[in-house]
Amino acid sequence: MALTSEIVLSKIKEFLGDDLFSSNESFGMLAVIVSSSRNYDLLEYLYKESSLEFTFLTDLTGAHYPDKKGSEFEVIYHLHSLVHNYRLRIKCGLPLENLDIRSMVALHSGANFMERETYDFYGIIFTGHPNLKRILNVDEMDYFPMRKEYPLEDQTRTDKEDKYFGR
Amino acid sequence: MGELKTNIKIVGEPEGIKGEGFFATSLSKVIALARANSIWPLPFATSCCGIEFMATMASNYDLARFGSEKLSFSPRQADLLMVMGTIAKKMGPVVKQTYIQMAEPRWVIAVGACASSGGIFDTYSVLQGIDKVVPVDVYVPGCPPRPEQILDGFMKIQDIVKNESIRRRSLPEYKELLNQYGIE
Amino acid sequence: MADKFSNIGGVGSKVNEQELTTLNLGPIHPATHGIFQNILKVNGETIIECEQTVGYIHRAFEKIAEHRPFYQVTPLTDRLNYCSSPINNIGWHLAVEKLIKADISKRIDYMRVIIMELARISDHLVCNSVIGVDMGALSGFTYVFQWREKIYDIYEEICGARLTTNIGRIGGFERDFNPAVHKKINEFLKEFPKTYKEFMSLLERNRIFMDRSIGVGGISAERALNYGFTGPNLRACGVDYDVRVFDPYCSYGDFDFVIPVGTGGDVYDRFMVRHQEIEESLKMIKQAHDNLPQGRHYADVPEFYLPPKEDVYTKMEALIWHFKIVMGESDVPVGELYQAVEGGNGELGFYLVSDGGRNAYRLHFRRPSFIYYQAYPEIVCGGMISDAVMTMSSMNVIAGELDA
Repeated sequence: MALTSEIVLSKIKEFLGDDLFSSNESFGMLAVIVSSSRNYDLLEYLYKESSLEFTFLTDLTGAHYPDKKGSEFEVIYHLHSLVHNYRLRIKCGLPLENLDIRSMVALHSGANFMERETYDFYGIIFTGHPNLKRILNVDEMDYFPMRKEYPLEDQTRTDKEDKYFGR
Repeated sequence: MGELKTNIKIVGEPEGIKGEGFFATSLSKVIALARANSIWPLPFATSCCGIEFMATMASNYDLARFGSEKLSFSPRQADLLMVMGTIAKKMGPVVKQTYIQMAEPRWVIAVGACASSGGIFDTYSVLQGIDKVVPVDVYVPGCPPRPEQILDGFMKIQDIVKNESIRRRSLPEYKELLNQYGIE
Repeated sequence: MADKFSNIGGVGSKVNEQELTTLNLGPIHPATHGIFQNILKVNGETIIECEQTVGYIHRAFEKIAEHRPFYQVTPLTDRLNYCSSPINNIGWHLAVEKLIKADISKRIDYMRVIIMELARISDHLVCNSVIGVDMGALSGFTYVFQWREKIYDIYEEICGARLTTNIGRIGGFERDFNPAVHKKINEFLKEFPKTYKEFMSLLERNRIFMDRSIGVGGISAERALNYGFTGPNLRACGVDYDVRVFDPYCSYGDFDFVIPVGTGGDVYDRFMVRHQEIEESLKMIKQAHDNLPQGRHYADVPEFYLPPKEDVYTKMEALIWHFKIVMGESDVPVGELYQAVEGGNGELGFYLVSDGGRNAYRLHFRRPSFIYYQAYPEIVCGGMISDAVMTMSSMNVIAGELDA
């Protein structure tokens, strides 16, 4: 039986109840916004439920929306059910004051590096991760560079003048 | 197959006095000639310029005909540090350590825009040119430079090797330059 | 395991299991193609533990993409998997065209397929010949790189660059294929298979090659799927997941090709899967080239595709469009999307969030090398150091894609 967004959405709603905040479908992919405390439960349910089988974690990343007060940071999971060829996006919002979210490494081994990268870029803490430290940037870096308040260029560089580069 | 070329240019002899069975020239010229035509590069290939270097090493452009048949991956046995590709700030200390391990005489060529000046990556994580950590002899611009450009840069290194003093390491300007980088 | 090695030091000596040697493989090492570091703890020749460090070429692509207009992100995508940059370029263009809902004609699709399959051949040739080099078989490398130069010739004829191609534009191509391109493609299709057969005959049934690669560096399909493997590494384990078939883009559904799969997920299977994919790509290029439909080489997206220069200098609307595109006054729809293409290493994904501005609000690259490199310690522990080297080169980890 082919999966459609109605079936998937109704199963998620049945499982989560009020923890499913909203959903939308854009560019052919269903996206659900859920409470960040239920992320592991939801992904485990989607993994183990025999009619859904979302066993492939395609992508795990973060985003920063400084204008959305109360959920400035977002963790985005892209799941793929290979058996039914259906993709799904799950988003969990996190407020600036409390950036803890449960790690998915126990379920998907491939989440290891992806969570470290999200931590490195945004400072989102994945509780239960075996080795949460910086991965791409230098270990001594003391800020989280992908946050919108930090500039792209290295401010200590001396050989490039901003006015010639249009900045 | 094509005709055999009979006007192949080979390395010419330096200036000197010729006679029946002998050739007298200065020692520095002979040493310079030997050094320039047997440079062992260390290919420090980090990104896309590394692939163009692989194309330069392959049979179409062939770096080996300039004397660099043996690529040395150990800095202790290399003469020329060819830095090809972007150097991130995490990699900067590695470049410096590799340079320090090289024995004199040693030269450095920065291949590509990223190694010369940071290239298109004007960001917080990229070193804006390797001359921030090691002294550089030749810069080859390009993104990535064509193999012919890399060979041109290599030939400029050969010119430097041929024409500079054979005890460059004891010149005061050179020592001053290394001090600026914090290398003894 | 200690008993097997207990007589190495002489009669009656015992290897203390706690005394392990730490061996540093990288970041600059002839075995690692690209810069990443593996710190191995070895007991004799057997690897007990492996710790990885990546990020030595982190160039902050995602942050740069937030500060550049859409058409300036294409040169960044070039530098992800730089052995097959046209695939990355076209993947990015597909993502933006999905956002702006552009209607791309069949001719553009077929032209893109030709270029993408050439890029795939180019990437697999590097990987396979370098597997040979790592074993000491250097001749194959020189044969094969000669033919990569011919592929570079075709790219140069189309877009002007060899390696980091920046091929195509949002909405199509900057210029149509001229007759020289068709001639070069025909010559390539005719001459390449002969040399390729010679290269394969050096390695395919070579006793030394087979002994060093069969049973080495294998991973089971369940573990591979759990790690998020895609591409030839996953297909070597037996799972026939290919984005070109599951989610056809660029009219891939029109072409007749098979997906080669292996059984054991070891080095030999990966080598053979890549070899077979080269053969399939050649078939696809021939099909696309023979049936190339007529049409224009760009779609009708005046807000994103620069008008021809003769029009810019003579017509008013073209001048206004040119100004709007370059100064960033085009209307960009708001939305978020995920576009996947089958890159040389697997599923290359683009997660794009647009807020209507000139730059992307958030762009994330789902890089296959970053994801399957995580499995390296699990594959390598318990094996020998020389097997670790072979596994590394057969997995085709490209540093640009690892760190982005």
